[in-house]
Amino acid sequence: MLRWLIGTIALSMVATGALAADPVEVHIGYLGHAGVKSTLSLVEQPADNDGIAGARLAIEDNNTTGKFLNQRFVLDEVKVKDSDDVAKVATDLAGRNDYIITDLPADALLKVADVLRDRGTVLLNAGAIDDRLREQDCRANVIHIAPTRSMLADALGQYLVWKQWKRWLLVVGSHDQDKLYADALRRAATRFGAKIVQERTFEDTGGARRTDSGVTLIQRQMPVFTQQAPAYDVLVAADESEVFANYLPYRTWDPRPVAGSAGLVPTSWDAAHDQWGAVQIQNRFVKLNMRRMTALDMQAWTAARMIGEATSRTNSGDPKKVIAFLKGKDFSIAAFKGTRLTLRDWNLQLRQPILLADGRMVVSVSPQEGFLHQVSELDTLGVDRPETKCKLQ
Amino acid sequence: MWRRCLLTGMLVWLAATPASAFVAYVSNEKGNTVTVIDTNSWTVTKTIKVGQRPRGIEFSRDGKFVMVAVGDDDTIQVIDTKTQEIVDTLPSGPDPELFTQDAAGKTMYVANENDNTVTVIDLEKRARIGDIQVGVEPEGMTISPDGKILINTSETTNMAHFIDTSTRQIVANVLVDSRPRFAQFKRDGSELWVSSEIGGTVSIVDPVKREVTGKITFEIPGLRNEAIQPVGIGMTKDGKTAFVALGPANRVAVVDGTSHKVLKYLLVGQRVWHMDFTPDEKYLLVTNGVSNDVSVIDVASQKVIKTIQVGELPWGITIAQP
Repeated sequence: MLRWLIGTIALSMVATGALAADPVEVHIGYLGHAGVKSTLSLVEQPADNDGIAGARLAIEDNNTTGKFLNQRFVLDEVKVKDSDDVAKVATDLAGRNDYIITDLPADALLKVADVLRDRGTVLLNAGAIDDRLREQDCRANVIHIAPTRSMLADALGQYLVWKQWKRWLLVVGSHDQDKLYADALRRAATRFGAKIVQERTFEDTGGARRTDSGVTLIQRQMPVFTQQAPAYDVLVAADESEVFANYLPYRTWDPRPVAGSAGLVPTSWDAAHDQWGAVQIQNRFVKLNMRRMTALDMQAWTAARMIGEATSRTNSGDPKKVIAFLKGKDFSIAAFKGTRLTLRDWNLQLRQPILLADGRMVVSVSPQEGFLHQVSELDTLGVDRPETKCKLQ
Repeated sequence: MWRRCLLTGMLVWLAATPASAFVAYVSNEKGNTVTVIDTNSWTVTKTIKVGQRPRGIEFSRDGKFVMVAVGDDDTIQVIDTKTQEIVDTLPSGPDPELFTQDAAGKTMYVANENDNTVTVIDLEKRARIGDIQVGVEPEGMTISPDGKILINTSETTNMAHFIDTSTRQIVANVLVDSRPRFAQFKRDGSELWVSSEIGGTVSIVDPVKREVTGKITFEIPGLRNEAIQPVGIGMTKDGKTAFVALGPANRVAVVDGTSHKVLKYLLVGQRVWHMDFTPDEKYLLVTNGVSNDVSVIDVASQKVIKTIQVGELPWGITIAQP
């Protein structure tokens, strides 16, 4: 009888708690890296708060929801310089926060993941697109919001094949990440039936990205660089280092479209994206940050919203419960992509459609029609379960 | 006495005769137009140019006007049903999307997507008389049959907010699945249905306990799960049959109103969005955004009998006596 009574009381407390719970304060850290990369195009130069601005908007959104549930979200922003000890900075940040959103290069991210592993702090990778972080170097305490290079390459590959532009001239930069992107593009070509008719390397010989006489010189260089190519439909450029790709459109020897790192670019977000209610978040973002929203902003927004979503669903400030929900089968997040986004349970990568944008408009959204999959069409993008090298631990 | 009876009878008869012909107004989100359809001949009788991005559309309670929310112009335009021309605008607040009116047709409540508010408008004075702060991206709007509770759904907050219409205060918040788009009460007030576009479900909410008591899920063989995105809901007055538009699944689900079981799926046009019954409940018209048409469903036989081409990206629909 007594047990029954206690049970009933406990139950009623749970029921009441469902709405007017004790105040919950959720602390989210943001660990970014200082210094922004230099881009060829002035309009693509990232803002100093690239990424963080998206997380800030998500915190606002979470708090609007949170006021109905007595939940409050706080963002704690830290930027590391190359000379800083990232492990120490991360440990300090983990002391003050339940979760950490990261925008770090792959090696730094792994260092942070390993140093925080025993504390149980979960990282949400918003910045690094390296496949190895989801494959041989995967970690059980890292959830990946950023798409991978292979997801981006597959998204582009599907569209080019759909468009019947199956003969690619692949031009690769001379830096490591350019080569990784080229690997992903080669893989996409093989998977979807495109043919790389020739590969060329564009050596980075250094020099300033902007000079007063730049245009004249580039106008002579690019046609020469692209001449005498075998017959091809589209030039695909792998240039994450921002050395040459944006110089190619309208300057190729043969009149051909450019895709990859310039021209038609696969991306998780674009300021021109307006489908599926996206106008609403674009407006909110511009209002808050006085600039347009980038892919990194969106990835950071999604990371912080995932914490908000899981906190409201579990009605709990306990990171263990929240993370268990995120990793569980009931989790999904709406992110203005026309479909629910979920986590791949084998490597904790967020499934997501990829936009193909040309800098002014969103041209298409992959997966393309007709690329089928037995589980989720989103798994036609990137490394799928049967191919994964990840063993989560 | 006899004369009066006869006269009344004649009036009733007169009113009853044209009842088979109703008029439907369809908002075309991309076309910036409203298409007028005659439900007797199933033909388009007029296309009215309206403001930018028309979405939410509804007859005024007296049937004299059609109000259409033109989001990108931050207003609600009023169409005179006699002349079928825009005669007025309402001060709706920024980016109005969906709205609802009280039973008397005196007060209107508007969801403003851009600033997380519901705007209250006095329809007689055509004046904005209040704002209610709600969750992120307010969308679905409906009023309980007794008029006491206003429901607003917020798409990123994922809640149905219960708002007391007398105090204009939120009295309860019910968490539902992702991106709640539309809310509808059963006529007897016993259930509130809320569709979740990204969650892929319809939540059944107990309006007294204010909690989710059940969920309708949808499964269509050969169709990927993510394509099933419930938006518009239509329920017969007796509460026995409901129809749920499933967006890019291109189908309308027929649901048993009592058991909440899905009875069948009707293939309609592409990206089916909102719907409305003819007042006699013989037909249900649904808007198909991507195929730019309206499908006509025969309610009794649960069959699609007709497709009518309308403007670009049809979104909302409202039907009444001409």
